[in-house]
Amino acid sequence: MTGPGSTAAGPRELRLRVNGVEHVVPRLPERTLLDYLRLELGLTGTKYGCGEGRCGACSVLVDGELARACQLTARDADGRDVKTVEGLAPPGSLTPVQEAFAELGAFQCGFCTPGMVVAATALLDRNPSPSREEIVRGMDGNICRCCGYPRILRAIERAAALRGGGRERK
Amino acid sequence: MNASRPGAPWHSTPPPSRDYFALLGDGVVAIAPPRRPGEGGNGWSPPTGGGWLHVAPSGRVTAFTGKVDVGQGTREALCLLVAEELDTLPDRVTVVVGDTDVCPWDMGTFGSRSMPDAAPALRAAAAAAGACLAELAREPPAQMRNEDGGRGPGAVEGSAGRTFPFLVGRRVLTTAAPEQRLSEPRRWKRAGRPFVAPSGREVVTGARRYGSDLFVPNLGYGAVLRPPRYGDRLVDVDASQLRSQAEIHVVSEPGFFGVVAPSPARARSALLEVRAVWEGASQPAESDVESYLRGHPATEDAWDVDQQASGDPTSAYDAARIRVEATYRTAFIAHVPLECRSALAEWSGGRLTVWVGTQTPFRAAEFVAGKLGMPPSDVRIVCPPTGSGFGGKHGGAVALDAARLARSAGRPVRVDFSREEEFRYGYLRPMAVIDVRASLDDDGALSSWTFRNFNAGAAALATPYRVANVRVDNVLCRSPLPQGSYRALAATANTFAREVAMDELATLRGEDPVVFRRRQLEDPRLRAVLERAAELSGWAEFRAAPGRGHGIALSREKGGRVATVAEVRVDAAGSLTVDRLLTAFEAGAIVHPEGLASQVEGATIMGLGGALFESVHFDPGRLATASLASYRVPRFSDVPKVEVALIDRPDLPSAGGGETPLIAVAPALANAVHSAVGVRLRSLPLLVDGRIPRTSPG
Repeated sequence: MTGPGSTAAGPRELRLRVNGVEHVVPRLPERTLLDYLRLELGLTGTKYGCGEGRCGACSVLVDGELARACQLTARDADGRDVKTVEGLAPPGSLTPVQEAFAELGAFQCGFCTPGMVVAATALLDRNPSPSREEIVRGMDGNICRCCGYPRILRAIERAAALRGGGRERK
Repeated sequence: MNASRPGAPWHSTPPPSRDYFALLGDGVVAIAPPRRPGEGGNGWSPPTGGGWLHVAPSGRVTAFTGKVDVGQGTREALCLLVAEELDTLPDRVTVVVGDTDVCPWDMGTFGSRSMPDAAPALRAAAAAAGACLAELAREPPAQMRNEDGGRGPGAVEGSAGRTFPFLVGRRVLTTAAPEQRLSEPRRWKRAGRPFVAPSGREVVTGARRYGSDLFVPNLGYGAVLRPPRYGDRLVDVDASQLRSQAEIHVVSEPGFFGVVAPSPARARSALLEVRAVWEGASQPAESDVESYLRGHPATEDAWDVDQQASGDPTSAYDAARIRVEATYRTAFIAHVPLECRSALAEWSGGRLTVWVGTQTPFRAAEFVAGKLGMPPSDVRIVCPPTGSGFGGKHGGAVALDAARLARSAGRPVRVDFSREEEFRYGYLRPMAVIDVRASLDDDGALSSWTFRNFNAGAAALATPYRVANVRVDNVLCRSPLPQGSYRALAATANTFAREVAMDELATLRGEDPVVFRRRQLEDPRLRAVLERAAELSGWAEFRAAPGRGHGIALSREKGGRVATVAEVRVDAAGSLTVDRLLTAFEAGAIVHPEGLASQVEGATIMGLGGALFESVHFDPGRLATASLASYRVPRFSDVPKVEVALIDRPDLPSAGGGETPLIAVAPALANAVHSAVGVRLRSLPLLVDGRIPRTSPG
């Protein structure tokens, strides 16, 4: 069936692994990965904040790298490994990054928090002992409108320590 | 909650007809009745719908408030206060917010009224429940058991969450007395102490569902055709392209056109295929907006007008040798909540339920009912967890959109604003144009103060400084852009104008800004925040140098007092670096210290955005900045060293802390820039093309 918004898919079906589970994408390969995750798979932890790739609310990991799901199509994620905030820890447990955010109360409205958690995870995976400046640079693509930045920075430093990295703060 | 809900809002149901126990089962229900407007500890108090709570045999306490939580921490603060009055663990208390069927009527979550109004009501209900439990426990068979080993209902120390097995099979209703005895903040053991919110887990795992995350079976996604310019009316629509698309449901009514589709993207693309004709009056250009405001006073909306008048400021000004006469301006700015507004409407059995992130759920219910020609009791509004508001999510317009589409389509519909729609079809913080004339006598005391605010409003309008000859007033204007509440309202603009003008006077006199202000202040609580900010920032020891300066500002608003110190550097090219922002804040007894500190940090950085770079730009009737690419908001890299000094006054009633900490940031920064490079800036945002202007603008 064709119509506005769909394209005849290539000869091979689209397949993506999301949080360890393989999915076939049956149709609408040009819709955003964000829409696919939220509407098709019901994974609402990844948020829409701007649609411009400028706020970080839609942060996911694609093959371990930080990506903005609103700027990717489902087709872009074909054959790749996607991790959303829901897939960072086994059910019922928290990663050190999640624990640090929760323990420090590093959220106000909480809407930016899943994106912050994913971006911080990518940052610490790449750089387990970042300086404050490296954290700021690495997280600058994520916006918090409640402006809870100081607490978020402290949470990421705490997470680094919980993960066994971290730096001594003078 | 899975018990049956009432079929009509309780605030419109006589109390004897409300079945509280159908909702939550056996236990004690305690009610704090509604209160009429009147005088209270923090000045005038508005009408409130009171509060109520339920205590179950298991020890689970469920408290209901008509306030909502859009991230400012209302839920946590109320939870701590209820836990305190009932001497139980905060983890045992659930606070239900903003459900118009079961929560007490509330005028809306704004004006920093949650602590002065909602909190005392729930504290009274909790205290009444506590007294009732004590009575019941004494009745035979008295088998009350505490997990800490059996002390009586007055158990205070070491108690874990209390349980009340003697409530099984009982349903007891009690009402708080008008002067219900409440706990003393000085003796608080739970409120006023550090508290880690249990909601953290659902937030960090992405499990929490916000309004735009809600789904129901058979949900359709709606989008509404919106005008290209403000005030435009829809005159004609050609939707013939959509007729052949079976999955698009069209809703076409006079002045309204929308679609319902299987996905949000599909709904948007469908609207692009519609040809519409709009009609509207011409609008002023951005360059003309100041003269437009001055020339168009509004005749309606008399609520936000204030004035101060005494003595003869004109003569005193004319006679003075040290004088300032200037106009101060603050731009229209946008709230930019991270979650764009969203509403999910579902009709069932003639009743409408809308889940919508709104700061005014009861007003929204009345609004939607009125527009749809329904009795208000047939509309239920539920405010789900919401991704911030900052005053920008008042009302029920998006709820009405969703309701209209759902009614026509015969299925539940969710309308999600795009970021562009959120910019264009929300409303803005009003632009301010403020004329000031002020003078000092030969002793350096204020001899006259004349202050007029055009358009922005009366919040923090009155000067807190001692002055015999004063004329302060504000003029409401017809704005060319939609404008409304924004965190702290006009207090930011009024504080900016006042505190820069005061700094100008201090400079002309050659006096230190802190010493100068201290001399003019009578309010000891304002003196206290001024002293604390000055002391903690090392004001007296700071060494200004070319390109390096510090500034201070203070203000008083909504029961809170604030003083902010800024330290900045400006290089030869005009690049500004903010090294430090220190804010001292006092608002009575502190309920949730971590939450309040968060609010002050957040308000400080949000204030920095409005101070330095936030500004809307527009063509006649239409925003030119309707994206994050074109409208800059504070990011991690903008954050200086932020320090917060909270002053606890357990002897004073708790005032709100969500707004006032924002308002001294901009003048502190402007005054610091003057200290650094001698440039006097009187307009917000301070940066022009990303830089500090080299000379004081005219």
